[in-house]
Amino acid sequence: MELENLRFGTELLKRGFAKMQKGGVIMDVTTPEQAVIAEEAGAVAVMALHAVPADIRKMGGVARMAHPEIIEAIIEAVTIPVMAKARIGHFVEAQILEALGVDMVDESEVLTPADEFHIEKTKFTIPFVCGARNLGEACRRIKEGAAMIRTKGEAGTGDVSQAVLHMRMIHGQIRSLKGMDDLQLMKVAREIEADLDLVRECASMQRLPVVNFAAGGVATPADAALMMQLGADGVFVGSGIFKSENPQAMADAIVEAVHHYDDAALLARVSKGLGAAMKGMDASTIPEAEALQNRGW
Amino acid sequence: MARIGVLALQGDVSEHVLALERAGKGKVQVVEIRKSGQMEACGALVLPGGESTTIRRQLESFGLTQELKAAARQGLPILATCAGLVLVSQEVEGDSMVKPLGLMDIKISRNAFGPQRESFEADLQIKGLDRPYHAVFIRAPAIAQVGDGVEVLARVGEAVVAARQKNLLALAFHPELTKDPRIHQIFLNMLEA
Repeated sequence: MELENLRFGTELLKRGFAKMQKGGVIMDVTTPEQAVIAEEAGAVAVMALHAVPADIRKMGGVARMAHPEIIEAIIEAVTIPVMAKARIGHFVEAQILEALGVDMVDESEVLTPADEFHIEKTKFTIPFVCGARNLGEACRRIKEGAAMIRTKGEAGTGDVSQAVLHMRMIHGQIRSLKGMDDLQLMKVAREIEADLDLVRECASMQRLPVVNFAAGGVATPADAALMMQLGADGVFVGSGIFKSENPQAMADAIVEAVHHYDDAALLARVSKGLGAAMKGMDASTIPEAEALQNRGW
Repeated sequence: MARIGVLALQGDVSEHVLALERAGKGKVQVVEIRKSGQMEACGALVLPGGESTTIRRQLESFGLTQELKAAARQGLPILATCAGLVLVSQEVEGDSMVKPLGLMDIKISRNAFGPQRESFEADLQIKGLDRPYHAVFIRAPAIAQVGDGVEVLARVGEAVVAARQKNLLALAFHPELTKDPRIHQIFLNMLEA
């Protein structure tokens, strides 16, 4: 085998990376110490960021990609993949993250958007995950090159309702494509502003052609198992772990809950003795203009 | 009909299920293993790709570690890919996060090729196959050292990326992500041997 005949950054490698995360929990971390707690709890990857979404909400100001020093220290601290967030449309932040050796970029509505266009993700060697509220958004992100989709939910609230809404919306829209002929699929593609080939693919596969995780408001083992039972391929937990009273116990319990999501007796057991979950806020009380999920299009 | 169990704790389980069904052409039944007691009824096992730290931890949590070791000792054919390769090894170089199961006499270097940007596809010469095999390596491990009873099947540069020891077939790449059924067919042939 000649080393010069290798191919890098293909769609198969990008989507394949996401597939290796299936059935797992990806945890937001802001320090190497938190990353180690996440890895020891059995997280499949960590998301390196400057502050968890609940704090980003509180602090206000412009939310940007994490400091390179923090990201490097986190990469150094763990053996599992390290992801990091870039602002929507900020392709230079993404270039920097790729140069730092990050395994996947989350083009995230949690950070302050930089452009009315999303990043042209096909141009990168490393894969991207993007948020979506519905099938149209999911297909647009996949067309731009996203190798993984997650629900947007409403980050930093600890209120799972929006993640539930978005997961149900995407699955419901895909179910409604079943049995449609090509003219009908064309009409849907036009209406939801999605690429026709992707709509056809969703119709025949009866799922998104990439891995689809739940994110945005998951705060307890029960929330995580709920998303899995609703058909998520895995779960992102943002503020839910390190804003809880006992992060280590919460991290362990959420990993267990995702793996045994259909075993109520076990869910009951792992939900005990965790202390208080993050306090959170009712997502429906957030004014329309301040909702993070409305960023991106 | 042969029943093949795919360890379904985490990772690309459904891809292996599909690949086995494709290669088996209706002659195999594929089941997902998530609970204690399910391995007994299987004639072969697959350890899929995923995160080895996570899967190792879940093996303990689901009480499957001893069952898996016993199955390997009894000579059940086992296909281990990527994270699975790390799990079946004797030793993992300089890494205390994964305690391997010690089923195969090999030493592993985890993430041997670097982060995801170094993940690659390559046409691989594999011993026993007449044409190259298009292989997909994702944050792949490599076999750094092989013991006496281990047959090396493929290399990338110096790194060993496929090997066999009796009933164990271990790969650093992902045959379940491509449509070429030849690797899964080799594995199915091990059931008949």
